[in-house]
Amino acid sequence: MSAPPLLDVRKLTVEFATRRGTVQAVKAIDLSVGKGETVAVVGESGSGKSVTSYAMVRILDRAGRIADGSISFSGVDLVAASEAQMRDLRGREISMIFQNPRAALNPIRKVGRQIEDVLVQHVQATRATAREKAIEALEKVRIARPEERYDAYPFELSGGMCQRVVIALALACQPQLLIADEPTTGLDVTTQKAVMDLIVELTRERGMSTILITHDLGLAAAYSDRVVVMEKGRVVETAGALDIFRDPQHPYTRKLMKATPRLGMSLQDLLPDGREVRERPSPEGEAGAAGSPARSPLGPPLLVVENLVKEYPRPPKGSLLARLTGKAEPEAQPFRAVDGIGFEVRRGETLGLVGESGCGKSTTSMMLNRLLDPTAGRILFDGQDIGAIPAKGFAASPFRQRIQMVFQDPTDSLNPRFTAERAIADPILRMGKIRGRAALRARCEELARSVGLPTELIDRFPHQLSGGQKARVGIARAIALDPDLVILDEPTAALDVSVQAVVLNLLDELKQRLGMSYIFVSHDLNVVRLLCDRVVVMRSGRIVEQGTAEEVLGDPKAAYTRELLSAIPHPPA
Amino acid sequence: MNEMSKIEPAPLRFEAPPATSLLAHARHIVAENPVTGFAFALFALIVLAALLGPSLVPYDPLASNTSAALQGPSASHWFGTDQLGRDIFSRVVAATRLDFSIAVTSVALVFVLGGLAGVTAGFFGGWVDTLVGRIADTIMAFPLFVLAMGIVAALGNSVTNIVIATAIINFPLYARVARAEANIRREAGFVQAARLSGNSEWRLLLTQIVPNIMPIMAVQMSLTMGYAILNAAGLSFIGLGVRPPTPEWGIMVAEGASFIVSGEWWVALFPGLALMTAVFCFNLLGDGVRDLVDPQRRN
Amino acid sequence: MLRMIAARLKTTIPSLIGVIIVTFLLTRVLPGDTAAYFAGPAASKEAIADIRGKLGLDRPLPVQFVSYVTALAKGDLGTSLTTGQAVTADLAQRLPASAELTLFGLLMSMAIALPLGVLAAVRQGSWIDHLCRIIATAGVSLPVFFTGLLLVYVFYFILGWAPAPLGRLDVFFSEPPRVTGFLLIDSLIARDAEMFRAALSQILLPALTLAIFSLAPITRMTRASMLAVLGADFVRTARASGLSSGKVIGTYAFRNAMLPVVTTLGMVFSFLLGANVLVEKVFAWPGVGSYAVEALLASDYAPIQGFVLTMAILYVALNLLIDILYGVIDPRVRLEA
Repeated sequence: MSAPPLLDVRKLTVEFATRRGTVQAVKAIDLSVGKGETVAVVGESGSGKSVTSYAMVRILDRAGRIADGSISFSGVDLVAASEAQMRDLRGREISMIFQNPRAALNPIRKVGRQIEDVLVQHVQATRATAREKAIEALEKVRIARPEERYDAYPFELSGGMCQRVVIALALACQPQLLIADEPTTGLDVTTQKAVMDLIVELTRERGMSTILITHDLGLAAAYSDRVVVMEKGRVVETAGALDIFRDPQHPYTRKLMKATPRLGMSLQDLLPDGREVRERPSPEGEAGAAGSPARSPLGPPLLVVENLVKEYPRPPKGSLLARLTGKAEPEAQPFRAVDGIGFEVRRGETLGLVGESGCGKSTTSMMLNRLLDPTAGRILFDGQDIGAIPAKGFAASPFRQRIQMVFQDPTDSLNPRFTAERAIADPILRMGKIRGRAALRARCEELARSVGLPTELIDRFPHQLSGGQKARVGIARAIALDPDLVILDEPTAALDVSVQAVVLNLLDELKQRLGMSYIFVSHDLNVVRLLCDRVVVMRSGRIVEQGTAEEVLGDPKAAYTRELLSAIPHPPA
Repeated sequence: MNEMSKIEPAPLRFEAPPATSLLAHARHIVAENPVTGFAFALFALIVLAALLGPSLVPYDPLASNTSAALQGPSASHWFGTDQLGRDIFSRVVAATRLDFSIAVTSVALVFVLGGLAGVTAGFFGGWVDTLVGRIADTIMAFPLFVLAMGIVAALGNSVTNIVIATAIINFPLYARVARAEANIRREAGFVQAARLSGNSEWRLLLTQIVPNIMPIMAVQMSLTMGYAILNAAGLSFIGLGVRPPTPEWGIMVAEGASFIVSGEWWVALFPGLALMTAVFCFNLLGDGVRDLVDPQRRN
Repeated sequence: MLRMIAARLKTTIPSLIGVIIVTFLLTRVLPGDTAAYFAGPAASKEAIADIRGKLGLDRPLPVQFVSYVTALAKGDLGTSLTTGQAVTADLAQRLPASAELTLFGLLMSMAIALPLGVLAAVRQGSWIDHLCRIIATAGVSLPVFFTGLLLVYVFYFILGWAPAPLGRLDVFFSEPPRVTGFLLIDSLIARDAEMFRAALSQILLPALTLAIFSLAPITRMTRASMLAVLGADFVRTARASGLSSGKVIGTYAFRNAMLPVVTTLGMVFSFLLGANVLVEKVFAWPGVGSYAVEALLASDYAPIQGFVLTMAILYVALNLLIDILYGVIDPRVRLEA
């Protein structure tokens, strides 16, 4: 590191004008990126990591401005540079790729043309050669049949494919620095691995520097040389990727580190206090078995699913006239979202239902909680086929209160016009036996306490609660009538890791105490490993593999499970 | 409860955004955009004129006095007099009640009918949805004012029919907004959660869907009030609905139209201004109500 | 593309059927004696009976509907009592005047509204943005007939710049040979600059009235959708790629922002076709609107029904055009049809 860094940020402060006055989103941070180096900027939501990157290329929105500090790139002062100079640098010297690749592309312009625009702007091609060069750029990001894809619109491409186009766009002019802002958030884990590997390969090939902005410590560790940790607009720690995991210095980093699920940990390990100085098990030796939580003995089957199928009709093809005259093509095969699956959940057990988006796990959970009618198959709950009770009338069934659910998005799952107490009380009012204002209040407070929600908060409306608090309200509502089975649909996907750690522990503790069974629907295998006794892996509506968590995640039999597991970015343990 | 302390690491109560009351929010909106405050004041004035106007005015709005015909604004006749010598100021103020009640009645009518139809269609789907959609589409296939003309011409020339016609042409707007809002909430997490809590579908509609749609419908209402007044005035301008000598802004502008080319501007100007002010007030009010109801719109 | 147009054409069929049923119902099923309506206020009992027989009002409704549709298919909308001519002929004679006025007004309005809306969004918070907001709020509050009268008072009575609000052409001119029916175009075809100027001076004020009226919704929508698009991720990508602001705003933002604006045009046309009636009355414009108003005053029912039906069919056709235009801009609509 004797050569001057490619990018050197000193005392950068970014301010936003808001309703409540000026807010500093980034507070006097220092950051440098050497030539060929990959630096990860890690932080939870609101840490100012994205704002930092926008400030570096000066594309902050209107309310934001650089209040103080310097940004020097290859000797050029980016704070003082004119807008024309900046425009010349953007895309040619410094490129960015963003989260949500489909939205990052102009929806009504051919992707090839969008790459051309950048090439022509930076005089890397003329109108005559632009097409050829754009196709070349598509080829470099390994898009098959680039000549055809040139003419595609973003909506015709998959999310992973769109991200490749965005990468092609960013690298078309051979920039020196790539800023990747949550480049794989929202992508499936296997797609994430493909995209990240591609970025690493292409930037390394060109000797480029990269800033990787992410909330995912695992991703940061797996793909960067150095990690910068941000909290509330400040840099709290900067260190080599390996060092920061072995020996985090700042308390916040330690907390964040601990809260990130990975191999060889138990649920309690995620929490910040407690066994702070506990020796970490060696990564190879105890992986798998040591990571699983203490198991209670399993009871008889509570839920047995047999040959469950959900079909959706496809829109009919052929013209109206053809359909009327009966000359239409034979009806298309209906789409099978869930294609004949079977498994069981025993009393006191947590079953993990995992798979990538579109695998049918959400459809399955909607059928199990009886909000959706299956096309075929049986759902035996305590020996009775509850699948035969239509979803429409299930609210009146005595089984209703025995199967409950915690939803993915805690905000969306609370009625904005109900207080927390009213939300928790709703199932009790409909199906419970408690009557009378005072008794109801007492029960709600008891439930609030058992999910760790301060009782003085239960008169608040959802918008007056934090994400973690809303998640607790949702859990309290689900357990209000002591259900036998709770379906957890990605209950922590919308939460920051530190909140996730707390909520996961809460869920596990409640299960032990109340003797419930869980079905835990998730795409995050690291979390599944921590919480689940047994795991069902789904793909395209079918079960690929099922077994105990140790078997499936420790020694997977199916190739797809292995692929999923190897795609998870592993922080050094 | 001892193990709870372990799970409760941070003082969670401080994470939450501060609780703000609706009143504080309203004060903020008025402070930030004084125009909204002005609109609310103007609205109060209009309501007052509609309630008390006819008993406050200096002259009988219907009394003609041909000796004082077509006089410009003066101390005794603030807005001048018309071709029959009637006091325009008195007529403009007296007309508030009629114009205002036409707008309020028709908007209330369509709010109930359109809102109900839309919510039911959006929440239950199926044939109700198809039916409501078809009705709305058919109404929307007409230029709305032209349809209103046709309806009043067919039903007969009366104030009631103006109210009905105005309600009918606004139906698609209300039905569609209510339908869309009910439809996106049909599968929302909190509605699903309420299903799991054992609520029947009708109860879901009434306790989960409708209260959440009300604010949006309220905005819709204040936004269409202005349109309803314009529509009614337009109809009476071409001679439909309200008959002379009833004081009504549209008719008064129509009566003054022929004097514009000869320079007697006040006959048409003052009722026109009154009409404009009322509509302007309702539109501002609509924006204000929207800000009040939807804090995310302003940041 | 062709497939999209075909698909869209199919969806206009229910609209047209709805329009025909509604206009039929408006005349036949409503309270009051339809025959008396059609015969006019001065008709004798015999005349009413005659009309009743002609319209087939003594027959059952479905039969009446069939004969109504049959007559429609032949282009028969009945006879006007006031002009004594077939309503179809009257409407065809007067339609170009209305169309010229409406389109001219819309063009004027778009020429002002689009740049204004775009500028207001790009320079959010500047004076032009405030101007835009004032126009958007004030514009929708102005009763169109009142604007027209104000313009007449200022530009005709006070300033004397505009001619008297009495129709399409000064009485000293005779109309040019009819090609398109649009005086502005026909006078150019006839190479008559004098007449072109005369026609232009007549149409300017009424068209401006319509323009002011439709300015508000178009400006408002342009500004709003431009703002939304400027905040979109793909515009951020374009800016982060160093594209010039002309390219970002013109090619990336504007074309996307036009999509909701094009949709709004449907609503604007609905307003314009209604406002047209009022403007034609104010300016004594010899179009279909003033024809309908005259018929209203004379309680002459056939022309009103013909007018409502014609406007509705025109409006359905305009909406079809707008949808096709949308498909031209948006590949998602075009390719997924």
